[in-house]
Amino acid sequence: MPLSITQTLITIAAITLGAMASRFTPFLLFPESKKPPKVISYLGQVLPPAMMGLLVVYCLKNVSIRNSPHGIPELIAIVLIVVLHQWKSNVLLSIGGGTIAYILLVQFIFV
Amino acid sequence: MELTKNKNRLHALGAAFPLTIPVLTGFIVLGMTYGVLMQTKGYGVLWAVLMSAVAFCGSMQFVAITLLTAAFDPLAAFFLSLMVNARHLFYGLSMLEKYKGLGKLRVFLIYTLCDETFSIASSALVPEGVDRKYFYFFISLLDYFYWVFGTFLGSVLGGVLSFNTKGLDFALTALFVVLFLEQMKKEENRLAGMAGLICAAAALAVFGAENLVIPAMILIVVTLLSGRKLLCR
Repeated sequence: MPLSITQTLITIAAITLGAMASRFTPFLLFPESKKPPKVISYLGQVLPPAMMGLLVVYCLKNVSIRNSPHGIPELIAIVLIVVLHQWKSNVLLSIGGGTIAYILLVQFIFV
Repeated sequence: MELTKNKNRLHALGAAFPLTIPVLTGFIVLGMTYGVLMQTKGYGVLWAVLMSAVAFCGSMQFVAITLLTAAFDPLAAFFLSLMVNARHLFYGLSMLEKYKGLGKLRVFLIYTLCDETFSIASSALVPEGVDRKYFYFFISLLDYFYWVFGTFLGSVLGGVLSFNTKGLDFALTALFVVLFLEQMKKEENRLAGMAGLICAAAALAVFGAENLVIPAMILIVVTLLSGRKLLCR
């Protein structure tokens, strides 16, 4: 531990404050008692699908197309998830199937 | 009276738990990774669990390891955390309506609103007959618990575990892919979903893996606002 205990605690507090500012700000700006502006309600409706798209990309950001295995395990697993989900529409089955396929791919095939 | 209350809560827990199973897998693995990493940097179980329980901000906690091992600079730590966590701003905007009227529990729900909890809570419909307040509460509590417990396990077990966990954290990617597909089932969500995917991919291509989130958020908001007429029905 290069930092002293107090310094470490202050650093943790600073990190927490940054995280919580990002989480609490919308709720403080638009309190329950007031109706939020229309544009905010609109964003509240369209942001979830858009952010889900961002999160998918975010999870795959470190996958390299150039270097082996060229993102092939990710691609196969995601295609499998899409197919499973079209077929059975069961959230846990799609996630479980995709994850198991991915584990098998990276542990045994694209080692 | 007390009995029906408990029954209601149990019912809500039963409805929430299956939705969080992918997070259970992902957070135990990632939390353990975090615990082990903290251990190797000289931070024992108390520090690791403290960080996970108080800061509770997944990816930022990994970034924070470098802060703990560098010169003392709390202001830089604050701003870095604000930037890495900026995406939460959009989660809050999305949950204003759903987290309305939930009393004191609301503070806990906001405190623990991470990527995974947001994805589940914003996509899931509260099942009929289930108390909305406790449904959201248990999604948040379970996800929070998995992360803190995973950190604890990693710190305590450390390198003892020889079981190969490679690829297990893909459960979280799979969760986001499936919840994206769920969102896309509704026709009115399709354009916004595609906009998110394309804006994020563009931001990744231009700004690279380390700096994609904030440019992607700006692109997404600009796109959604300029396409308001098209998207709003």
